[in-house]
Amino acid sequence: MLQIIADGLIIGSIVSLGAIGLTLTFSILRFANFGHGELLAWGAYLAFSALAAFAALGWNAGGSAATFAPLSFGWPLVAAVLVAALLTALLALALDTLLFKRLRLHGSITLVIASFGAALAVRNLLLFFYGGIPRYYSSDLQIAIAIVPRSVAGGLRITPDQLFVLGLTAVTVLALHLFLRRSVLGRAMRATADNRELARVAGIDPERMLRVAWLLGGALAAMAGVFAGLTVQLRPTLGLDLLLPLFAAVILGGIGSVGGAVVGGLVVGLAESAAVATIGAEWRAAAAFVVLTVMLLLRPNGLFGDSGNRGGRA
Amino acid sequence: MEGLVSYAAFFLVFAGVFAVAVLGLNLQWGYTGLFNVGVAGFVAVGAYTSAILTTPPIDDRWGGFGWPVALGWLAAMVTSGAAGALVGLLTLRLRDDYLAIVTFGVAVLIQLVALNVQPLTGGPFGVQFIPKPLQGWLGTGLAWTLAYLALVAGLLVIVFVALERLVKSPWGRVLRAIREDEAAAASLGKSAFAFRLQAFVLGSTLMGLAGALQAHFVGYIAPEDFLPILTFQLWAMLIVGGSGNNRGAVLGAFVVWGVWAAAGGALRQWIPQSEQARAAALQVVLIGVLIALMLVLRPRGLLGEELAVSRHGGAVAGDDDAR
Repeated sequence: MLQIIADGLIIGSIVSLGAIGLTLTFSILRFANFGHGELLAWGAYLAFSALAAFAALGWNAGGSAATFAPLSFGWPLVAAVLVAALLTALLALALDTLLFKRLRLHGSITLVIASFGAALAVRNLLLFFYGGIPRYYSSDLQIAIAIVPRSVAGGLRITPDQLFVLGLTAVTVLALHLFLRRSVLGRAMRATADNRELARVAGIDPERMLRVAWLLGGALAAMAGVFAGLTVQLRPTLGLDLLLPLFAAVILGGIGSVGGAVVGGLVVGLAESAAVATIGAEWRAAAAFVVLTVMLLLRPNGLFGDSGNRGGRA
Repeated sequence: MEGLVSYAAFFLVFAGVFAVAVLGLNLQWGYTGLFNVGVAGFVAVGAYTSAILTTPPIDDRWGGFGWPVALGWLAAMVTSGAAGALVGLLTLRLRDDYLAIVTFGVAVLIQLVALNVQPLTGGPFGVQFIPKPLQGWLGTGLAWTLAYLALVAGLLVIVFVALERLVKSPWGRVLRAIREDEAAAASLGKSAFAFRLQAFVLGSTLMGLAGALQAHFVGYIAPEDFLPILTFQLWAMLIVGGSGNNRGAVLGAFVVWGVWAAAGGALRQWIPQSEQARAAALQVVLIGVLIALMLVLRPRGLLGEELAVSRHGGAVAGDDDAR
């Protein structure tokens, strides 16, 4: 039982990070970006390449000197995450400049179709460059630590990497929350999401806010992608497989709500690990769909949705 | 020579089957503005329905009732339409992008069912020995392929003519009115939800028929025949051809299938054997780029939407570029 919850929280924290970026771009750009999952995948693979580059430069990723004691990685991976976050943010911005910006006036559904095309192209470029074989950041096997003995509620075992993912997700969410609530830029972003015209009148440049949303969403996506790679594995379909959980989390939380995306992500994660434990791992992907369907039937605006982003037709 | 004719016949059968599905998608998106990204799922429902009902009895799988092929095709249309009704009832009252997300999820779910419910679908092994109609008379050679091509072409013409009549009827005009201005249509007493649902179900029915046509041509189906890439290929066909135009939908099916086949041929010819699996990804990149390029450069597609001019007065629809 404890194990199911812990596994769910770990999957959930990855989904949460990805869903925050998605909910930000969803509310500010006003379209469902089906390419968001590919940002996670590209982030994960860019970090993989950065690691390889560091190793080639003599900064050994796997060497014990560069590894934080219980974790499977060290400074090289941290640096690789930063590089990947930057490059993924730029990739998101490039897609916007090349494609989405040109279609902004055509309405949201045209943008959704465009995001499908972009996702398809970007995902298969990944497959072309890296091939379909699963990859790992470290070849060392990590031993899970028994935190709760088996006699208590089935016991709980967790790897140090997983604990790290949980902790860093919590820190990131808190930092983002403070950014959006307290900083001038964060408030300007929320204002743009609420009412673009009114924000413009107040002297906020919406195009600049869109760029910030892409950069932030891309960077968070890269982080989520690296975490997914760290706790599971790297594969080109990483983004496609996470797309439905991401959307389920966003809709559960309510479009535009960062806190909602986090809660939604955790719920989806718990639902997935419960499905794996009770029905079977082959049905994992159905869990997010069930969460999504139940939510649309009961509360299409989400748990914390703004009135401005109603689920119903206008 | 016979090889060439045979290849052309194969190509045309597939293009024709895709055209039927794209016509269904065009009814949903082109005329009604309903964004379905689970097309592969609805095609799969039709293919599996007909396959399960018409195959000879088999021990380790449910089904195998040996139904006549024509009945299997009808059943395929019924089940795909029912799946469309279910999805429509759930989502057509919600905002447009929710329909996209849910249909995407539905396709994932149908793929999972095809893969995991082995007693019904054969799991990863799929369904084999799907009967090929009239094979008793014509054998398995070129004659049969050509006969099947004629059958598909005939069905395509019937579907095309029926849809043309439908979208030019008052019913079709209401669809476009709702797409353009729901409030105005509602003020004239038209229930947007009811019309949307009818269009969505009818479109899904055609996708199911396309699935069944494909299954009985190949004689074998497996979950990997209905991956998301199929959805994107069909979308590319509609966008290239021109949504809101049935001629465009059919033209797009043939053009994009031709581009796809040519790209595949070029890859096989010029890329060394060892790199081909990787290079196949480029074929898919092409579809993605094609969709994006068409949207930016020529959003109305090759043909664009036809003007619907009422005999009683001014134009009803026609501002394609507004979308």
